[in-house]
Amino acid sequence: MIGARRKGLYSASNESRNNREGLKGWLDPTGYGWERISYWLQRLTGLFLLVYFVGHVYETSSLTGGIGSWNAMLKFTETTWGHLFLILVIGTSTYHSINGIRLIFTETGKGVGKPGRPEYPYDALSLNYRQKSGIWIALILAVVAMAYGFNVLFTGG
Amino acid sequence: MIRRIHMLGTNGKRAKSKSGPGMNSVTMRIYRSTEEGNKGRFDSFDIPIQRWTTVLDALLYIKAYKDSSIGIRYSCRMASCGSCGMKINGKPRLACYTNVLELDSSEISCEPMSNFPVLRDLVTDFSQFLNHHRNMKPYIINPEIDLRDNPQLSEFLQNPTDADKFLQFSYCIKCGLCYSACPTVATDTKFPGPQALAQAYRYSADTRDAGSRYGLTSIDSRHGLWRCHFSGSCSKVCPKGVDPALGIQLLRGNIMSITKRHKKIAELKQHTRNPQTD
Repeated sequence: MIGARRKGLYSASNESRNNREGLKGWLDPTGYGWERISYWLQRLTGLFLLVYFVGHVYETSSLTGGIGSWNAMLKFTETTWGHLFLILVIGTSTYHSINGIRLIFTETGKGVGKPGRPEYPYDALSLNYRQKSGIWIALILAVVAMAYGFNVLFTGG
Repeated sequence: MIRRIHMLGTNGKRAKSKSGPGMNSVTMRIYRSTEEGNKGRFDSFDIPIQRWTTVLDALLYIKAYKDSSIGIRYSCRMASCGSCGMKINGKPRLACYTNVLELDSSEISCEPMSNFPVLRDLVTDFSQFLNHHRNMKPYIINPEIDLRDNPQLSEFLQNPTDADKFLQFSYCIKCGLCYSACPTVATDTKFPGPQALAQAYRYSADTRDAGSRYGLTSIDSRHGLWRCHFSGSCSKVCPKGVDPALGIQLLRGNIMSITKRHKKIAELKQHTRNPQTD
């Protein structure tokens, strides 16, 4: 039993006491700052866009059924709810791509700073304002894109 | 200095003064495990506090005067040993390093750290965590030197600039707070976690080390380094400024050869032992 524990192996009874947070670990973005919120939004927008992508492929495949079938499909997006859904697509895709660009740099070691000698109160170097600015810019641009989309779809502007 | 830290609290912010009748006490809600398994309960205790009372002080007060059966683990009381990690008001913190007033709450909950199996009450099992650490070969690998049975004294010549590249990561006290805060560890049991990966970088960046860890299965695999998505929670909770997220991103850059991974191995200098002084 002790040997199994040392190897990191757990029996079913121990597994129940494993205390892993599981999905609720990443579903709760609070308490850890902007980077955690950004991580949470990136995942949620990614899942949303995946669902949209499947729907989009289904929608465009209606072209094979002729112009009538395509027009019938388009009517779904020409309702108020359809427009709101498209505005959400605009916002999520903008946020996901802008924040994704930030993460491409960050996750290759760019813009996270250089190691040094930590001093009290030990603010983390990697959670710097370059990162926070990237997150805020992604959020602001997503809101601006949604506002533009709203203007085009609802007022015809 | 110690007095100043007490007054400032652990985040460098001045602790909020609570005055008036009834304000110099808090209710501690402490997780108690039961023999049945995962369904624990919370026991509440009202205790008096001072301006300098830490959560560990509060727990030890309860053990001394209210309920001696509470299971806690602690040792140094000064954020050096990393034993007293627990979830305090929902966030992983060191009990000895958390001032009660800093929490700005009349009710303080103490739970065992998430992502660690619970042994009893607030005490968690570190086996899995330390296994991940061990898998990273956390020691200097250099075939140039064999310290065993070496008749000569040996030292690597390393300048302060080279030392600064890894020193930050060597301050890790293995308290497990980063492992508890990480959302990837929460869902992937094979993910080594921020602590182990930061240690992999620590040795990779050390000019005394000549052993490459980039090809280790625990690093360069589906459940390894690539599962980190930079939520930064590990660095947020680290009580020693280790910044594991920084180490992980730099290690990732090194593996992809995007950041500079070449290092000049430190020169080895050997001295003959002096039997008079050795």
